Amino acid sequence: MNAVNMRSLAVLLIAGGMAVLAMLFLASLAEAQSNPNAFNRLMKPASERNAPPPEDGIHDPDNSGTHILQTPRESFDTLPDSNSGNYVDWNAAIDAGEIAPRNSIGDSPVPPIVLDLNIVREVKGSMPDVVYPHKQHTQWLDCSNCHPAIFIPQKGANQISMASILMGEKCGVCHGKVAFPVAECRRCHSRPKEQTAAN
Amino acid sequence: MAAAFSFVYYEAARAEYGDVVINEFSDEAGMRPVVFPHWFHRIRFRCKVCHGDLGFKFEAGGNGINMLKIIDGEYCGACHNGNVAWSIENCDLCHSGIPNTPTQVHHSTTQKLVAPLRPMTTDSAASEQAAGGE
Repeated sequence: MNAVNMRSLAVLLIAGGMAVLAMLFLASLAEAQSNPNAFNRLMKPASERNAPPPEDGIHDPDNSGTHILQTPRESFDTLPDSNSGNYVDWNAAIDAGEIAPRNSIGDSPVPPIVLDLNIVREVKGSMPDVVYPHKQHTQWLDCSNCHPAIFIPQKGANQISMASILMGEKCGVCHGKVAFPVAECRRCHSRPKEQTAAN
Repeated sequence: MAAAFSFVYYEAARAEYGDVVINEFSDEAGMRPVVFPHWFHRIRFRCKVCHGDLGFKFEAGGNGINMLKIIDGEYCGACHNGNVAWSIENCDLCHSGIPNTPTQVHHSTTQKLVAPLRPMTTDSAASEQAAGGE
């Protein structure tokens, strides 16, 4: 056996090995899809977050315009991360100057009227009390977006429950749709209850 | 057929958080439904610009937007006029959704529930909508 034959044999062996590996990989993929006991079977893998429009499952890949649209991943690359939603911390992005969303249609220099006022809501049960910061909300919204239609601007006048929020009322008008989702409990329930003698 | 629909909804679970599908009139008019990406717009505008100055209600499908209003400069047409943003000749940049996708906010809390509110077929979602509208 000469050197050329040895070399071609080695190439064949490597190619064969790679083919076997590829087949094993494909077989494991197929198994993961058909396995009724797959781990986290109802959850979205991290690799599918912020997918490009043709692959996101709601844009039609047969539509030519779909392929012109920007990919969220590309846009979010420079923005601060968060744990859920778009996986972008939108308030940190404004505070850091990474984004500068306009306050009117034209590029008006009039800044938003930011109100720095925290409202504490004492809640039932063992959950920490809710601290509602007007500051972060008025960076995005006008008073009239929430008051008085969603929240009556008066202490004690608003009955709020997690059930109503989950159904898209009160805080749930935005949180759980475009603002950070309801599962981020501690971002609202952030002030520990005072310890009582009984505890 | 059922398999095809369930495939569509499995795929739908991957869409970007806050994307709104608006399919009030599109399907019956033979157009793809509109997909509105909140993320793209909030980078450029604060919420109050659309949900205050332009009068968009906080409700997917709750605004009765049609092309006549848009060419008259209302709703999307306030910016999508070739002046602030690209103009309405670019039909398929908005009308880009998979046909028959019902009006909804993607990844909203109710869609995160494993059962029973997640719509499993286009037909059941459509009939739920119809029942809600009566």
